[in-house]
Amino acid sequence: MDAKDILGLPKTPLSITQEKKSRPQKDSQRKPDGISREVYALTGGVAPLMPSIDVSQLKRRPPSDEKITWQWLPFTSSARKDNLQLYHWVRVVNGVPPTGDYSFAKYNKSVDVIRYTDEEYEKHLTDPKWTKEETDQLFDLCERFDLRFIIIADRFPTPRTVEELKDRYYSVSRTILVARAPSPGEVAGHPLVKEPYNVTQEIERKRALSMVLSQTKHQERKDAEVLAEAKRIAESRMAARAAEEPDLPIASDIGPESAERAVGPGDTISPSNVQVPAPAAAPSTSLRVYLRTYALEQMVQAASSSAGLRTIKRVEQTLQDLEVNLKPKVPTKAVCAEHLELRKEILTLLNLQKQLQYKEAEGSSFRDGSYGDMPGSAKRSQRAADQDRTFVLDTISFGVIPGDRGVKREQKRKGPGRASETSSSPAGAHKRPRKMKASDL
Amino acid sequence: MGKSEDSEKKKKMKDVEISVPIVYGNAAFWLGKKASEYQSHKWTVYVRGATNEDLSVVVKRAVFQLHSSFNNPTRIVESAPFELTESGWGEFEIAITLFFHNYVCEKPLNLYHHLKLYPEDESGPMSTKKPVVVESYDEVVFTEPSESFLARVQNHPAVTFPRLPAGFTLPPPVPQDESKRKRGDTKDHPLSQWFLNFSEADELLQLAAARQQVQTHIAKLRRQISLTDGQNQPFKSL
Repeated sequence: MDAKDILGLPKTPLSITQEKKSRPQKDSQRKPDGISREVYALTGGVAPLMPSIDVSQLKRRPPSDEKITWQWLPFTSSARKDNLQLYHWVRVVNGVPPTGDYSFAKYNKSVDVIRYTDEEYEKHLTDPKWTKEETDQLFDLCERFDLRFIIIADRFPTPRTVEELKDRYYSVSRTILVARAPSPGEVAGHPLVKEPYNVTQEIERKRALSMVLSQTKHQERKDAEVLAEAKRIAESRMAARAAEEPDLPIASDIGPESAERAVGPGDTISPSNVQVPAPAAAPSTSLRVYLRTYALEQMVQAASSSAGLRTIKRVEQTLQDLEVNLKPKVPTKAVCAEHLELRKEILTLLNLQKQLQYKEAEGSSFRDGSYGDMPGSAKRSQRAADQDRTFVLDTISFGVIPGDRGVKREQKRKGPGRASETSSSPAGAHKRPRKMKASDL
Repeated sequence: MGKSEDSEKKKKMKDVEISVPIVYGNAAFWLGKKASEYQSHKWTVYVRGATNEDLSVVVKRAVFQLHSSFNNPTRIVESAPFELTESGWGEFEIAITLFFHNYVCEKPLNLYHHLKLYPEDESGPMSTKKPVVVESYDEVVFTEPSESFLARVQNHPAVTFPRLPAGFTLPPPVPQDESKRKRGDTKDHPLSQWFLNFSEADELLQLAAARQQVQTHIAKLRRQISLTDGQNQPFKSL
């Protein structure tokens, strides 16, 4: 059903999809023949993402031997059971109105709800928790609303949960099917029989789903941390088992795709191919191999798992300010260890800054509360503005930086002693610096 | 050896690791006059020891997975130097899989390198004499190495040998017949003049300086915090 179908226009003789398929499969490394590589690169170097509409088809007018008029005509639809006479505009070709059923009638699908007889009810379907009346009502609603259980639950006269209604409906239908079938084998393939509705499982599943959806960011991060740890443990165990099977080498995919392993927290053995090794008989082969950059990345992630994205960005900005590579160019054991320690120290630094900010804000709010209007407050706000600037500079720069940059930074400040004045001056309404809000950290 | 001694040994060996510093990357020469549309550059992708030593003591073979538009995109190199030379025009990611000897490790290791042909500075002229070289330093770390592995590499220059736990002795190395094998190191490699230098000293220095600054700043903040605490105290006791 493509756009033309929905609009009710006749299909074109050569469909657009065929034109697309006839063009050979290209990828970004090979250019098509006929145009030079540079021109093709202008389009981004790949085949168009969306099938383009054939422009020549759009402008095509109907052939001139056909006379087209539009008429307001009555029509019937097989989807309606009453004999309501409706009218609509119809495209008439050469005086011949189109035949056939109303084109939207085919969309009138409904569900086959199985109805039981009273006899069948007596025989198979009685249940202590359900009266016949209720069951009848349930089935009426099911038929009326095409098994939309949320609506059915809403409209149900007595209060019942969606799971209860589903359970009753599916078990009744199942029983009827099985009862009516000449032999159990025949009906065993029916989806209602093959997969019975499990109420407790459904309730549990929905509860778990809502829990997952309502997790806080904090919880999410904790989970990600735990999963990463579990993955590492599982990998090392898998390596242990892999070492037992010399003819089944499994690549330790340490690279961009490594996140794709499906490992749950409790999952320790990859189900694919490794057999359980004989216990305590590990041969003396190495268990694991990894790239040091990969290990460093993991450790950096673990160290910053409790930090928000903004904090991580600030750590990286600080590293850049210190002229340290975000990823070490020469990752030896010593370099990686130092790098990790540095990152941790920067995190501590940022935390301390935040702490100091809070305490100062606290202090200033105490003073504001108890002093209100004070003479000389104009002077104070002037100093506050200055302190804003130097405070901001203080937190980003690091005092004397070796090299030229140090000279420039020093010149920006009002005076050499100013930096230390910033936070230690007690008096003065110290406004919160504009650049950093408490919510940033 | 009894089982208890074995597990004792394993425990001691837990923190022992062997690391092999490697450099992997590519060197690409523009073909200049001889360049055609599909073959504008001649490039070599390689994995070498960081100090140009022979890696074949550890690496059994290297498999370079090229772009699918190449014939036989899976190229296997069975001996050092582990490199592959091809010609083409496109830049793409090459997956390099290193397979190690049995006594080293059962599992292979994957490296990924983005082939670079064109210089960063697009406006500069392309030279046929000077190649575009991009290299990455990394270290392959083997945890809990086996005795045979340790014995085999004990004095090999390509390998960073760990300090062994106290009282641990290795069997003497099996003398290798050096004459038969051809040299696998890259010291006199034709491309060696273009190899980049990786010095950990510079990086360590930079890191040490940075840590110093951060630590000083931390101390200062700590002082300021306790000072502010002191100022806020009178208010709190109200």
